[in-house]
Amino acid sequence: MARSPDLLFRTLADPTRRAIFEGLCRQGEQTVGALTAKAGVSQPAVSKHLGVLKQAGLVRERHEGRQTHYRAQPKALVPLLDWTSRMAAFWESRFDDLDNLLNRMDQ
Amino acid sequence: MTKAASETRTVVVEREFAHPPEKLWRALTQPHLIAEWLMKNDFAPKVDHRFKLEADWGVVDCQVVTIEPNKTLSYSWAALGLDSVVTWTLTPTATGTHLRMEQTGFTADQTRAYQGARYGWPKFFDGLEQTLAGLD
Repeated sequence: MARSPDLLFRTLADPTRRAIFEGLCRQGEQTVGALTAKAGVSQPAVSKHLGVLKQAGLVRERHEGRQTHYRAQPKALVPLLDWTSRMAAFWESRFDDLDNLLNRMDQ
Repeated sequence: MTKAASETRTVVVEREFAHPPEKLWRALTQPHLIAEWLMKNDFAPKVDHRFKLEADWGVVDCQVVTIEPNKTLSYSWAALGLDSVVTWTLTPTATGTHLRMEQTGFTADQTRAYQGARYGWPKFFDGLEQTLAGLD
């Protein structure tokens, strides 16, 4: 579902919240407890940040027993990405193919 | 401070290859080789030559701007409403070649907030772009 870039910017403007989101992008699904251990702020503060991230569509939660697991939804960031990002990804993958070709070619 | 409606943006991708510049040059300028890593094409290494790159998502209209064998090649690149120029620069190294691709274009579909964010959070966006590049 499409969300406004404004909401995404407001959500990610807070450095603590951004760090929580980055951690979820890098390390996959985690519990509130695990996130609190790294965040350097209290568990209620982490829960509040997760609530805001969820509102912006940036995380999803999954309940398992008494634990809640959170997972990043990086695709929610797509509205922020312009052609420079798309082209950079395009060329990186072309460079990979070029390297493959060079390894197959004769000198 | 108002910005013009159409702003210039640049994408740079660089990589070290364990192959000599002459070999890279062939891969960059011979149509059957270009097709192997980029797209189907009717490229010819002549200034002003117009050619097309064909992908499943559409066609890129190109024209050779400058060419200096084994050193540099640039061509215009127009596709999907984007007017840009792609410049390849080859630099010999002790172990092979340093290849730099710079694409400079003009587009107007961007918020200033995003630009601000990019300057403010370069590390974040670098990681983000890698994350997204891995998604389908």
